[in-house]
Amino acid sequence: MGCMNASASFVLAIGTKKGLWLATSQDRKQWSFSGPHFLMSEIPSIGIDTRDGRTRIMVGVRSEHWGPYVAHSDDLGATWTEPEQGAIKFPEGTDAAVERIWQIYPDAESRPGVVWAGVEPISVWKSTDGGEHFELNRGLWDHPHRSEWGAGYGGAAAHSIVVNPSGENVHVAMSTGGVYRSLDGGTSWEPRNKGISAYFMPDPNPEFGQCVHKIAADAAVDGRLYAQNHHGVYRTDDNAENWESIAEGLPADFGFVMLTHPRRAGTAWVVPLKADGERIPPDGKLAVHRTDDAGSTWKRLDSGLPQSEFNAVLRDAASVDSAEPAGVYFGTRGGAVYASADEGETFAEVASHLPDVLCVRAAVVAGAPVAAATPA
Amino acid sequence: MAEISVVLPGVLQPLAGGQSILTTPADGAVTVGSLLDSVTGTYPVLARRLRDETGALRRYVNIYVNGEEVRRLRGLETEVSAGQEVLIIQSVAGG
Repeated sequence: MGCMNASASFVLAIGTKKGLWLATSQDRKQWSFSGPHFLMSEIPSIGIDTRDGRTRIMVGVRSEHWGPYVAHSDDLGATWTEPEQGAIKFPEGTDAAVERIWQIYPDAESRPGVVWAGVEPISVWKSTDGGEHFELNRGLWDHPHRSEWGAGYGGAAAHSIVVNPSGENVHVAMSTGGVYRSLDGGTSWEPRNKGISAYFMPDPNPEFGQCVHKIAADAAVDGRLYAQNHHGVYRTDDNAENWESIAEGLPADFGFVMLTHPRRAGTAWVVPLKADGERIPPDGKLAVHRTDDAGSTWKRLDSGLPQSEFNAVLRDAASVDSAEPAGVYFGTRGGAVYASADEGETFAEVASHLPDVLCVRAAVVAGAPVAAATPA
Repeated sequence: MAEISVVLPGVLQPLAGGQSILTTPADGAVTVGSLLDSVTGTYPVLARRLRDETGALRRYVNIYVNGEEVRRLRGLETEVSAGQEVLIIQSVAGG
């Protein structure tokens, strides 16, 4: 998806506490919005799947009254489908029920139809039919550490799933539990948190129990991942065997977001917050920080962002697209959404005064944009 | 044979083919749980809105039998007599 044909366009999906907004653009400057879709339900997860010659938007929906479910649209939100038997349901015998779908992760181009999901209670799921039905990953569900995993403030969930190009290495991050790695495509799992601090525990360097907020894979270096921790920003170059701090040069090491470039090695973005106890941008000044050298140095990016901002940016409320140069998008708990068409050098506010932004995803899609859909 | 009626809130009616009342024949008392099994059997999406996959009633779904919310009675084991009407109402919650 590195190249765009002349008729390519962009889709931006914004999941909030009270519904979903969709936008399309041909230049990443002028956006045409539809929404709210799913009014009064929160949308904590979105996956935009551009494989198989179509654009499928999958959303994790959660109503306080009516519970969670997965829906998808193949027409940019004009119509939505909820599989009749439900896409994600705990099987009999687990005595568990889905609370919230935290992550929808379309797998690689080479594995069309494969979509992963991260769910609360802590669990990982895999679909092979484009997100219409998911199977519980039993290896992680039956893991002996399960009883010792905890709940972060937002709930106990698997919130990050990263699959390497071969499909053999799968990394999952959970709050709280930390990073777990599978070397066999998701059959068996081991914790891999060496070097990541859990300062809030009696032993600050446990095998597991860390509160890793987000992980992302380097675009071009297999075995290199980045982590935004609950205080701490880290990189691993050896497939998570060892993590080392890359927080030097950032104004704060707390935050939730971790984004990586779609193609270029060494490039990642974070959105620092001051501290655990002060979850605001440092000095009330919102800024994205980008590294182009795998965390050795960081560049502050705040052009086009407000002078004063006291809202946090949540872990999935940020995204990149796959264009050249890559677009960077994020939303705040104050309902503002910012977009950059130049890798974060300059931002423009594309939406404001929405409900709390929980999830943002962006994608390049083939063909001209569909007319703004009727709100659902 | 007598019937038992289940009255749906407007927001759920599209999941029951637009019906506001679902009925099931009953020649005696049935539990609320089996009543839900019966009336939502052909509407699996509606069924999931009311109960999770363990069968538990969702937290903010209230079901009234004779004007009493079933959590104050015997929950999904509460019995409903033939000829009675059961109300499903979402609780007033949110922000």
